[in-house]
Amino acid sequence: MDHKEIAKLITLLENEPDRARDILKKLPKRICPVIGFTGSPGVGKSTLIDQVIARLRSAGKTVAVVAVDPSSPFSQGAFLGDRVRMKKHFLDEGVFIRSMASRGALGGLNESIYDVVELLEAVGFDYVLIETVGVGQAEVEVRYVADVVALVLSPGFGDEMQLLKAGVMEIADIYVVNKSDLEGNDSLYDQLIGFLTFAGRDALNVVKTSALNGSGIEELVDRIITLWKNFAETEKLKQLRKERLRHHTETLARRTLQKYLSAVDSEDPYEGVELALKFMCERLKYGQGGGT
Amino acid sequence: MKKYRILIAKPGLDGHDRGAKVVAHALRDAGFEVIYTGLRQTPEQIVKTAIQEDVDLIGLSILSGAHLQLSKKVIELMKKEGIANIPVFVGGIIPPDDVPRLLEIGVTRVFGPGTPLSKIVQEVREVLEGVTSTSGS
Amino acid sequence: MYDKEQVKKIAEAFEHWQQRTENDMKKFPERKQKFLSSSGYEFKRCYTPLDVAELDYLKDLGMPGEYPYTRGVQRTMYRGRFWTMRQYAGFGTAEETNKRFKYLLQQGQTGLSVAFDLPTQIGYDSDHPLAEGEVGRVGVAVDSLRDIEILFDGIPLKDVSTSMTINSTAVILLSMYAVTAQRQGAKIEELRGTIQNDILKEYIARGTYIFPPEPSMKIVTDIFEFCAEHMPKWNTISISGYHIREAGASAVQELAFTFGDAIAYVESAIKAGLDPNVFGRQLSFFFAAHNNFLEEIAKFRAARRIWAKIMKERFNVTNQDAMKLRFHTQTGGSTLTAQQPLNNIVRVAIQALAAVLGGTQSLHTNSFDEALGLPTEQSVQVALRTQQIIAYESGVADIVDPLAGSFAVEALTNEIEEKVWEYLEKIDSLGGMVRAIELGYVQKEIHKSAYEQQLAIEKGEQIVVGVNAFQTKEEKPVENILKVDPALEEKQKEALRQLREQRDNRAVAKALKELKQAAQEGKNIVPYVFEAVKCYATLGEISDVLREVYGEYTESTSI
Ligand code: B12
Ligand SMILES: Nc1nc2c(ncn2[C@@H]2O[C@H](COP(=O)(O)OP(=O)(O)OP(=O)(O)O)[C@@H](O)[C@H]2O)c(=O)[nH]1
Ligand SMILES: [Mg+2]
Repeated sequence: MDHKEIAKLITLLENEPDRARDILKKLPKRICPVIGFTGSPGVGKSTLIDQVIARLRSAGKTVAVVAVDPSSPFSQGAFLGDRVRMKKHFLDEGVFIRSMASRGALGGLNESIYDVVELLEAVGFDYVLIETVGVGQAEVEVRYVADVVALVLSPGFGDEMQLLKAGVMEIADIYVVNKSDLEGNDSLYDQLIGFLTFAGRDALNVVKTSALNGSGIEELVDRIITLWKNFAETEKLKQLRKERLRHHTETLARRTLQKYLSAVDSEDPYEGVELALKFMCERLKYGQGGGT
Repeated sequence: MKKYRILIAKPGLDGHDRGAKVVAHALRDAGFEVIYTGLRQTPEQIVKTAIQEDVDLIGLSILSGAHLQLSKKVIELMKKEGIANIPVFVGGIIPPDDVPRLLEIGVTRVFGPGTPLSKIVQEVREVLEGVTSTSGS
Repeated sequence: MYDKEQVKKIAEAFEHWQQRTENDMKKFPERKQKFLSSSGYEFKRCYTPLDVAELDYLKDLGMPGEYPYTRGVQRTMYRGRFWTMRQYAGFGTAEETNKRFKYLLQQGQTGLSVAFDLPTQIGYDSDHPLAEGEVGRVGVAVDSLRDIEILFDGIPLKDVSTSMTINSTAVILLSMYAVTAQRQGAKIEELRGTIQNDILKEYIARGTYIFPPEPSMKIVTDIFEFCAEHMPKWNTISISGYHIREAGASAVQELAFTFGDAIAYVESAIKAGLDPNVFGRQLSFFFAAHNNFLEEIAKFRAARRIWAKIMKERFNVTNQDAMKLRFHTQTGGSTLTAQQPLNNIVRVAIQALAAVLGGTQSLHTNSFDEALGLPTEQSVQVALRTQQIIAYESGVADIVDPLAGSFAVEALTNEIEEKVWEYLEKIDSLGGMVRAIELGYVQKEIHKSAYEQQLAIEKGEQIVVGVNAFQTKEEKPVENILKVDPALEEKQKEALRQLREQRDNRAVAKALKELKQAAQEGKNIVPYVFEAVKCYATLGEISDVLREVYGEYTESTSI
């Protein structure tokens, strides 16, 4: 499938989620490593992805990137600027980059992300990379979408306490201490190691990088690949994918229910739910996949 | 629900980005999803981005005097890639004589200095939605 | 400036006056609820001695030519010599621009100012694919020493002062200029002029960066070092608020970000072992003059005082000459409109007057066709005449700092200074200017201000005559817009092809190799660039070598 077709399908998945089933049904099931990058605004997620792409490309792998930025809560419009940092790869046929607005989704991604990732896996990319919004709050959705989650930190940046509180620290498989070319990096690194030790987590997966000069990138990519291979060889990947399926199903259920809820008009909340569920069951039975 | 996606691009070596950013900001505040790719984009990069991002409109901001060459190249490549149906807006320092030439090349609309942002938003809506009123949605 | 008793009496009188005024205003309200400056602080209804009661004349103002230089950097100011009238010019090939230079000198201009095309500023030769369509378009195209030789043909460089708006490739153009002067028989020690060489504001506002901040700062300091020794009369940098302002900043932001940059340069040079007492004398500045007349005058006066304090207090400089803020001014291009373009002549006159009352050392007045294209001979003549009228007819140049002591001007000067210090503190707290730029902080602040200004025009809160008020039904188009002949690009490329054939390519290869090595080893690269330039290595070739060693910068964009 060429980039144009893929791009059009993503638009469809985003705008008309009800048609996702029909679209994805026609494609072969296929999986590839899906890697998530999360962390506070400005820590260097996009720049890091740019470097990771370069590294994967030099190993001959094709890469798809989905970069999510927040939608304005007022206008629902969005300014999507992550792509700027990936300029080098614009003309590379082996790289596909798509910017996406969060469109009100809470977990730091966009509701269609499950469908979009499934599409990108199906059409044959070797790697799918995801960048989350980067507001530093409760961005845990990426945990369910990606197989390997990298949490990007950088010195004096973002509020580490905030991340701790929001539970983002817990969801990461790899901790990237970026901007290692700047001062203050060592202290952040030490604190992180300390934290992980007492949290009983694997302090091995801390990598220092500089997305600016490329140091540490090779190591980061190696770690990511090794982790994924480990997951694939053990039961872990199956488990992860099961989780993903469950969350995908949940998202779908929520969206579907919401749709029917908004169509019922009842004074009594209990009755409202009953009515909505009733409509839903009828429609789903006849409507094959709920397409409207 | 259809959300319109707009690419705002700065082709060539031109570094004037005040106007492009202000226009991008206004479009965001008018409810559009705006993809901004920064300075120094080649026509090839712009067209590839437009394809991957599946945009509904391309806006080129050019204040360096190279608007004829650059717009022509972008539109030629769009034809080659089969996306010539996407409307192209050009803004910046465009001498009056060059406006008809740009339109002839295939540019949809041209905007010069002093254009109110509300007019830009309105014309974007007009072209995308066929709406002619100024009221917001 | 007043004794306590007097201040008390004035305060009472003022209080009464306020009451009476507010009474009157019930019947005759003012035009607006609030009268705001460009920087967002409020103008008072009326300034009185109360607003300057704390002012200590000797400490805060001083005599002209004396610390803290609020009143000017020279004792006699324009009674001695007018400011340098310097129109920024350049387009097409070197031959074309050489003609324009001679025209300007013949019209009474007193210094030269070179505009280069974008490929030259970004380090590409005219035959580079990215240069297509841009050669000679918004400035003169320069590929090698040969073009500079032609550009200054018949202009004795030992007698003229030349300013070159060149940043990332400044080291190359400086070398070409110096070598050309030497070949004309001049000594480089006696050359007078300025290279812009202000890389930090390129990341913030102007966009002709090539390398990342760190190696860029290294080149800047290399130039400081080289010139301190070999070209003592040359201004090694023109630290520019102009572009920051034109990108959308307020007057306060213009000063704050410029001084943020300046502090970063001084720190970087000190770190490299240079003495601020020495290189400090070769720093110069560049500001914009916009429409808000009194605020702009106050801005220039505040700027001098702030810089003197920074050098003396922050960097412990003792040499008086290194505390003096000398600056070039350009009128505000972004205030000039495509609609009713002749109105721009009036705007430029007001702005130029503010620059002169603010004590500028040199001045560019924009042409009325600013928003249409590069200036024509006719429009640039009017612009230059505007300066000459201010100089010779208005009388304002005959008294040094004539607005000193104005309650309003002194109060605004203080207000601006205070707000600038606040910003500088903020920048320090972010870890300095380079960090603040990398974080995108400065860019965001400027964009925010630009967007607010645009919205104010949109809502009619800010009137722009001819644009959102007082429009004319039918605008007569300006007949004469300067167009650069696209055939010049081919001509330039052909000349470059010939040069590559004729020159000693072995010498070029050797010079480039030595340059590369010097850059890798962290040596001062200036002498190596001189050698490369001498054997006609091209600007693109030299830039490529440096790109290889230093890498390239990607901008930080957000809104
Ligand atoms: C501000 C400015 C600058 C700033 C730029 C700051 C920045 N970061 O943007 C600074 C001082 C850095 C600058 C530098 C230069 N400038 Co300048 N600059 C201007 C100026 C005065 C105003 C432009 C502006 O920002 N206006 C405000 C914004 C909001 O308006 P705008 O960009 O026109 O955008 C509006 C419309 O055009 C339209 N629009 C614009 N883009 C788009 C895109 C879309 C999709 C849509 C729908 C609409 C749209 O909508 C906007 C809202 O109304 C103009 C002259 C003028 N008055 O127009 C010269 C001008 C553009 N500059 C000029 C030149 C030559 C230069 C230099 C190349 C000079 C040199 N040789 O070094 C440099 C180099 C810059 C570079 N790297 O490319 C020339 C260009 C000549 C030409 N094209 O023939 C001009 C016309 C001045 C002149 N007469 O000489 N400049
Ligand atoms: N010094 C240094 N700067 C870096 C590094 N990585 C990124 N940056 C800079 O940090 C800034 C932000 O980088 P981005 O990649 O846009 O950060 P991000 O996390 O994607 O930001 P958002 O998408 O806005 O959340 C840019 O100016 C980068 O140049 C690094 O390793 N070292
Ligand atoms: Mg990002």
